[in-house]
Amino acid sequence: MPSADPVGTRLVDLGRALRSHGLTVGTSEVADAAAATSALGLEDRERLRTGLAATMMRRSADRMVFDQLFDIYFPAAVGGRTGDAEELPPTDVAGARQRAAAIREDLVDALARGDDRELELLASRAVLELGRLPDAAADGGFFAKQTIERLAPQTTVSAAQQRSRELRHAQSAGDSEGGSSESGPRRERLSDRYDREEIRGRVAAFRRRIEAEVARRNAEMRGRDRISQYSVEGPLERTEFLLTAGTDAAELQAVIAPLSRKLASKLAARQRRKSRGAIDIRRTLRAAMSTGGVPMRPAHKRRTRTRAEIVLFCDMSGSVAGFSRFTMLLLQSLAGVFRRVRFIGFINVCDDITDIVRDSQLGEEIADRVTQEANLAKHHTGSDYGSALADAADRYIDLIGPRSTVLILGDARTNGTNPQFDALRALVRQAGHAAWLNPEQENQWRLGDSVAEQYAEIIDMHEVRNVDQLREFISRLPVR
Amino acid sequence: MTHTPRFSSVDDVRERLAAHGYLASDAIATTVYLADQLGKPLLIEGPAGVGKTALSQAVASATSSELVRLQCYEGVDEARALYEWNHAKQLLRITAAGAHHNATGEDEADWQQVKDDIFTDEFLLSRPLLTAIRNEQPTVLLIDELDKADVEIEGLLLEVLSDFQVTVPELGTITASQTPFVVLTSNATRELSEALRRRCLYLHIDYPEAELEREIVTLAVPNLEESLAASVVRLIAALRQMRLRKAPSVAETIDWARTLLALGAEGELEPELVHATLGVILKHRDDITIAETRLELDRALS
Repeated sequence: MPSADPVGTRLVDLGRALRSHGLTVGTSEVADAAAATSALGLEDRERLRTGLAATMMRRSADRMVFDQLFDIYFPAAVGGRTGDAEELPPTDVAGARQRAAAIREDLVDALARGDDRELELLASRAVLELGRLPDAAADGGFFAKQTIERLAPQTTVSAAQQRSRELRHAQSAGDSEGGSSESGPRRERLSDRYDREEIRGRVAAFRRRIEAEVARRNAEMRGRDRISQYSVEGPLERTEFLLTAGTDAAELQAVIAPLSRKLASKLAARQRRKSRGAIDIRRTLRAAMSTGGVPMRPAHKRRTRTRAEIVLFCDMSGSVAGFSRFTMLLLQSLAGVFRRVRFIGFINVCDDITDIVRDSQLGEEIADRVTQEANLAKHHTGSDYGSALADAADRYIDLIGPRSTVLILGDARTNGTNPQFDALRALVRQAGHAAWLNPEQENQWRLGDSVAEQYAEIIDMHEVRNVDQLREFISRLPVR
Repeated sequence: MTHTPRFSSVDDVRERLAAHGYLASDAIATTVYLADQLGKPLLIEGPAGVGKTALSQAVASATSSELVRLQCYEGVDEARALYEWNHAKQLLRITAAGAHHNATGEDEADWQQVKDDIFTDEFLLSRPLLTAIRNEQPTVLLIDELDKADVEIEGLLLEVLSDFQVTVPELGTITASQTPFVVLTSNATRELSEALRRRCLYLHIDYPEAELEREIVTLAVPNLEESLAASVVRLIAALRQMRLRKAPSVAETIDWARTLLALGAEGELEPELVHATLGVILKHRDDITIAETRLELDRALS
């Protein structure tokens, strides 16, 4: 039986799907979304998308999940689109190659012109002609991966770049010479030095269109709820660090940069808070003059402010490769915000890597440089927290003062060596504030060679497996 | 408190904002329209310099409302945000009463009068939040850079924004006669509380699309040649792709367009000129180095 209120039901379903992907969407949000829908009407899909995003989303990090789910619950079209070619039967490999070549030809043109409508249609055509599995004819499913592999849109970049230059050249020649097609040899332009990136960006967007189209098609076939559950990619914020090895460094960087700014302002706020407290009698009395000698507003002593200091110890060993890549990015962006920050890398001995981090460019992979230039391992290459901490307590304890924050990043897996609790205790005692960020799940802290649980008794240890948890950690940093 | 919508449709929003010099994207216009229709505060996030503050100014002038602005900073408190009694003036009033009353003794009656007197409007210093609520005229309330303020102020805002009323113990409850159009902006240096986010409509303003940015630049720098405007916007978009420490914002695009115009550039951009004026758009040494190498600015066009 069809529901009495199809739009309302759809909104509730969308709300539930968003919730299952970790967004906080309550009843009031769904109600607001319904109010938005009735205010905006259903004529313009992009406006509806904006309206629902405004009412159901709380932060920009959720945008990716929201967009994918919106495309599933409020699809751009049902079945074939106007402008779609006849449905073609599934074909063999040679036939697919031929079709792919034909689509690629049109794709070059659309990419060169940056024609969004045409690209949308091409994505739908590509999915229809190349995305169908040969043996899935019965339920007619589509596969994004297969579409993209057969089409190989990245191979069109050079051709599209060339075409776009020609187009622009013809255009400007037409402008200046009144339409005559004959013009001198093409001169280089400044835009030639970056148009490759432009086209690449369009190709990436085209791939996303293909994925959205496949999700739309499959949702029709197999039910929205199932597709929304399995084929929606979570945001990078909730991807585990240990699994981010394949992710683009720049992408990670974009997520981390605002966090390090937040960490910086948080620590700075703590410093300021500390300087409040004692009453400055002279200034209080002076201020009381304006209220007839009644001290209404106490004035506090101003203390000379010192910048927040951070001493950061990070595990650079291979076992936490994904994490240490993340660590490096965090370091680089911290180096941009803080002046007084020292980075100490270790595997089984410590070495100061501050200069390497500072000299590196944003987004540059520095893990290799660190292992080459710094002396982090002695005798063997396995990580050994005990001897590293002892080394730190021995050589770097002077860096730590009562005002500094000590952060340790690592998985606390000692490879069975002596964990040297006293060394850690000495470091913590010396510091104003100390915390340990562990990229492993809390219930694994006592398993295998991990001594995280014992370390956690000495130092404040936090499970930080993804950017979300890092944000959580930062927001809960005590402001004292 | 009655709520009369200010705008009649999304296109109406867009046209009236454009008439006051703010070219809104479809997403911005839609969200502003919704905020107006649903009478909810609008929380705007986004990189610096994309026109978060300018939007509320444009809404104010488009709806001929008064703009009341609360600029947040660390340590902003109730006395700065809501209201405060003017203690100095109250003391003056008390002292003045003391000077008048004679020695014959009607002390009690006099004090009663003074007491009633010093807790009236005359001695109340109205701060932005109270001003916006008491205003009889249509009002746009801008709470700027909320992330800079302490967490405590959010609790106060929750109370004020949910039913637009303020209780001053000595005066009673003051209720708004009109629903102010409330805009909160944040640069996300601190996470805003979930409770506050829930009460707002959320809008993320990003850098505008090339088309829109070109229109904005042309509007701001009227004498700019069209092809130059296109090249400027295209190069800026390419720079934003480079993941710089601080990507150039719309404000910087406009500044750069002005600079180029002043230097008499026309048509195609030349590497030397870009090289010389890069400081207008990029503010970090590292960023400039990256842009120089990527665009090979030390090599002339062949």
